[in-house]
Amino acid sequence: MTDTTLSALDTAEIARAYREAKARRAKRSAILKHIFLIITSLIMVYPLLWMLASSLKPDNEIFGDLGLWPSEFQWQNYWAGWNALPVSFTRFFWNSTVVTVLSVIGNVISCSFAAYAFARLEFSGKTLWFALMMMTLMIPYHVVLIPQYLLFLNLGWVDTYLPLIVPRFLAGDAFFIFLMIQFFRQLPRELDEAAMIDGCSPFKIYWAIIMPLSLPAMATAAIFSFIWTWEDFLGPLVYLNDIEDYTVPLALRSFISSDGVSQYGPMFAMSILSILPIILFFIIFQRLIIRGIAMSGLK
Amino acid sequence: MASVTLSQVRKSYSGFEVVHGVDLAVQSGEFLVLVGPSGCGKSTLLRMIAGLEDITDGTIGIGDRIVNDLPASQRNLSMVFQSYALYPHMSVRKNLAFGLSNLRMPKAEIDRRVAEAARILQINELMDRKPRQLSGGQKQRVAIGRAIVREPQLFLFDEPLSNLDAELRVQMRVELANLYNRLGTTMIYVTHDQTEAMTMATRIAVLNKGNLEQVGTPYELYNSPKNLFVASFIGSPKMNLIKGRATAGDVSLTGFGTLPLSVGTGDVTVGIRPEHLRIGEPGDVTIEGTITLVEYLGSELFVYVALADGQTVLAQAPGHAKHTRGDKVSLGLNGRDAHVFDANGSRIEVPA
Repeated sequence: MTDTTLSALDTAEIARAYREAKARRAKRSAILKHIFLIITSLIMVYPLLWMLASSLKPDNEIFGDLGLWPSEFQWQNYWAGWNALPVSFTRFFWNSTVVTVLSVIGNVISCSFAAYAFARLEFSGKTLWFALMMMTLMIPYHVVLIPQYLLFLNLGWVDTYLPLIVPRFLAGDAFFIFLMIQFFRQLPRELDEAAMIDGCSPFKIYWAIIMPLSLPAMATAAIFSFIWTWEDFLGPLVYLNDIEDYTVPLALRSFISSDGVSQYGPMFAMSILSILPIILFFIIFQRLIIRGIAMSGLK
Repeated sequence: MASVTLSQVRKSYSGFEVVHGVDLAVQSGEFLVLVGPSGCGKSTLLRMIAGLEDITDGTIGIGDRIVNDLPASQRNLSMVFQSYALYPHMSVRKNLAFGLSNLRMPKAEIDRRVAEAARILQINELMDRKPRQLSGGQKQRVAIGRAIVREPQLFLFDEPLSNLDAELRVQMRVELANLYNRLGTTMIYVTHDQTEAMTMATRIAVLNKGNLEQVGTPYELYNSPKNLFVASFIGSPKMNLIKGRATAGDVSLTGFGTLPLSVGTGDVTVGIRPEHLRIGEPGDVTIEGTITLVEYLGSELFVYVALADGQTVLAQAPGHAKHTRGDKVSLGLNGRDAHVFDANGSRIEVPA
């Protein structure tokens, strides 16, 4: 009798020892992992922190001192920066917002149209058009820059926002089209067929079925489109000449001016402000991605 | 309610023909089941009737209209899909109302029909849920609901029960049969499950490799299959097929014996359903064998019997029978239970 109880106690003891050893091992490896991850994160985020710190430092401290903590907080950098240029940043932010919002809308609508056609409709030469579309993905922007400039010059569009906005409404971005095609393809075709029997035209199928189920893809396209347009420097540089029309990236560049007297503190202050919309937009739309996936119930 | 008439309907995909000239007349108010092994073209045929698939050649008529060029939405039919194809982002109510609102039907009429369908299918408490919150059986009900709110003249079902578990499938089969009795609308139902076909159909059309093999009532198909394919496809477990040779006045079966049947002369195949091989009973022919396997199903036994020449036949016995592996048994067979097929696999009618 004692024999069996003893051995039961023994096994309980052994099990406890194993359990504790395992917990100790897990804890040690967790600590090591976290140390490694924290150090890597600090290295990655250092430039951003440096910029944030520099936006609050006096000008002479920015390049002289690698430390992050300003000797005194120069909050006035933000006020100074906002009005440092002949035109205030209110204007630049407005310009950027107009160009970016219209571009995002244009990209999402036109690219999803094109993607729907490639994914679901039958038309002659579909594979050829698809191949051509994919080829444009491989052409660097800089190759088409000059012909495109000449085109817009002849249209009389240089010095307006049209060259930055109109192409977005013409499904010009093969990357987004491809992204959406892939997403549309994984939606069951029986949904289209059910909708067809329910009396939907191809456009209605797109609008009432495909579009609402593709929120994650749309949100992804919107986020990238927003970031790329907001921080686009080359496009505005080529097409915009009047400082009244400048977008934020162009305006930031104007701080490093020809007269050599650069106001670095205010410039970094404005740089910090310029990335806020991107962060905000990302936070809002990445929720859409998650909600979209949960809502469709497809995953 | 409408009749459906298929004449010489063909379908090919880039030159490869998958449906070879099918002629089929579905009467108004009939429950026709299209059955066949996978890849036989039954779903393609249904999708052509629905208007989801172009017709390569031939005509399809619904009622007195030829519908070859009519889009799916104007054929006045509803379809229930295998995957249910409920719109995932709409509530059950919206799923039901979607097709009606596309027809620009007045709101009051939509509400009335949706409420009616919800009542018939007992899905009232589900109306505000999204499809992902429903179980398989509930989704199936909603899919059927979406079909009946349109009050169509024709229902099409594409293997609607194949995603359900066995118990639910039986339950939904009964409900579908009840629904059919209640609505009386023409229904065309595709399945590969012959139990579904046998239990629900007023008539069954058996398809094989894009050809229509036989159309008839379940009784006709079971008791006088037109050819070897139908004979072996209908009935579970399968019919025993035994090679033989007919001479004047009788048929000698390889390793079996001789049946007194006058079916002309030549090579034949004789089909015998398991329930017609009687263990330990006399018949026109009796033969000895050894039991190799016994499958117990409660109400009956399926007994695999190896004959002297090595071939194995399947016999059915009542559930209370005691048979075990290794037993020597005798099987009795009567000539009137045999189905005889000629060398081409076509049925030879045995004169009574």
